[in-house]
Amino acid sequence: MKEFLYLFRGGDSNPGQRSPEQMQLSMQKWTQWMQELAQKGKFVGGQPLTMDGKTVKGKAKQVTDGPFAEGKEMIGGYLIVKADDYNEAVELSKGCPIFENDGIVEVREIQEMPS
Amino acid sequence: MSTQSPVAETIDHLFRHEYGRLTSVLTRIFGTRNLELAEDVVQDTLLKALEQWRFSGIPNNPSGWLYKVARNKALDIIRRNKVQQKFADDVAPLLKSEYTLIPVLKELFDEAEIRDDVLRMMFACCNPEIPSESQVALILKTLCGFNIEEISRAFLAQQETINKRLYRARQQFRSGDVKFEIPSSRQLEDRLDNVLTSLYLLFNEGYNSSHSDHLIRNDLVEEACRLCYLLTENPKTDLPQVNALLALMLMHASRLKARLDADENILLLEKQDRALWDRELIRRGVFFFERALTEEPSSYHLQASIALQHVMAPTFEETDWPSILHLYNLLTERFPSPVVWLNRAIVVSRIEGPQKALEEIEKIPGIEKLSNYYLLPATLGDLNFRLKKYKEAYQYFEKAFSLTQSNAEKKLLRGKMNLCKWS
Repeated sequence: MKEFLYLFRGGDSNPGQRSPEQMQLSMQKWTQWMQELAQKGKFVGGQPLTMDGKTVKGKAKQVTDGPFAEGKEMIGGYLIVKADDYNEAVELSKGCPIFENDGIVEVREIQEMPS
Repeated sequence: MSTQSPVAETIDHLFRHEYGRLTSVLTRIFGTRNLELAEDVVQDTLLKALEQWRFSGIPNNPSGWLYKVARNKALDIIRRNKVQQKFADDVAPLLKSEYTLIPVLKELFDEAEIRDDVLRMMFACCNPEIPSESQVALILKTLCGFNIEEISRAFLAQQETINKRLYRARQQFRSGDVKFEIPSSRQLEDRLDNVLTSLYLLFNEGYNSSHSDHLIRNDLVEEACRLCYLLTENPKTDLPQVNALLALMLMHASRLKARLDADENILLLEKQDRALWDRELIRRGVFFFERALTEEPSSYHLQASIALQHVMAPTFEETDWPSILHLYNLLTERFPSPVVWLNRAIVVSRIEGPQKALEEIEKIPGIEKLSNYYLLPATLGDLNFRLKKYKEAYQYFEKAFSLTQSNAEKKLLRGKMNLCKWS
């Protein structure tokens, strides 16, 4: 089994950013989805991210506040799952509540480094 | 205990009741290898309750208060330690993710979950790798909220001995090999046997009045019955032998008040004032006895049937000894042991007289196993006494006296020795 990274972009990617009632509902859906993944033995781990941040860039290691990307692009959190291949990883991602708010899940395979 | 204020008594009772539940749910969360961590959190929670309630009074929902505080402490610990610490394998990934930590923690503190956790804890404490006296000590500590001193008094042992027993049990837990689950159907009956043996041991510690503190005795008897009752509440463990053991314990317990007179002398069945038998406990005993009906009676079924015979007899003289003998014959046939044979012989003495009983006792298979069991010489003493062989009786009572640690038993035997001297 390989491991895959889900990057949650835009949409409802961080349920901690909404009103208390919305948050409640949202959290329930995210929790349920992740518990299902756990039951299938696919859940490795993941965390939501706060909506601020710093960017360190280039040879000069320049530090700026951000990224404050367009709502759609901002990464709200990540998850690592187990899957045999991209097909499975993609299928598993479809249960994510982010899609109800037009969000994006970027699916990336974790590279096993050559020895 | 009786000098406590009503408030302190309420808190004491509440803490006793919740201690086992809190320890169980926290062990579920942290995993069996972190049992001590679970116990620490429970201690901290109860301490906090004591400190705060002293000023603000007991809250409206004291249990709820305790669970909320315990949950928040667990939350803190998980957040602080999730990198180094290994928690319960199945929930660990969900607890380490902020996405799921709080909702999953909340779900784990659900009432139905907690009840199951108490059962899981029972099975975990009775893991076959743990020696049986350690099992009972651990049950008293984790599920009944007894402290070391109370457990020592219960077992009439030194605190050091109890600490050693607990240490053995804790070692097993720390190894991470103790599963926190109600065993699957294949293993269930075997493991349940273990649990029932422990509960019966616990019960007998209380019932046999080995110590003068009647509050401890009642506590032990009550705890054994309570835990057995919990097993009947879960369909997986609500099996005939569980109901039979509960029936047996309740019917024995019904006689507790009549067992000791005002001076804490033991009164045997023959001498007990049956008006003092607790009718409510008998009623409940019979209720579970009926619930235990099965095609394949266990040893507890047969023992409960015998207890029922005694309970139904209005006086000692009206006891249906032949029926009881029949039950003992079944017991010796299916679940023989030297003690069972001995008890059977006593019944024989009621039907065919003491001489026949003495002959039966000589034939008991494995009687050498009873060489340190004070009830053997005590019984031989009684039988010889009834045959007016006072010299022999005296010697047997003396032997029995040397074999028992219990002050109450010693008192009883001394009384019998005196009777021999004067007869």
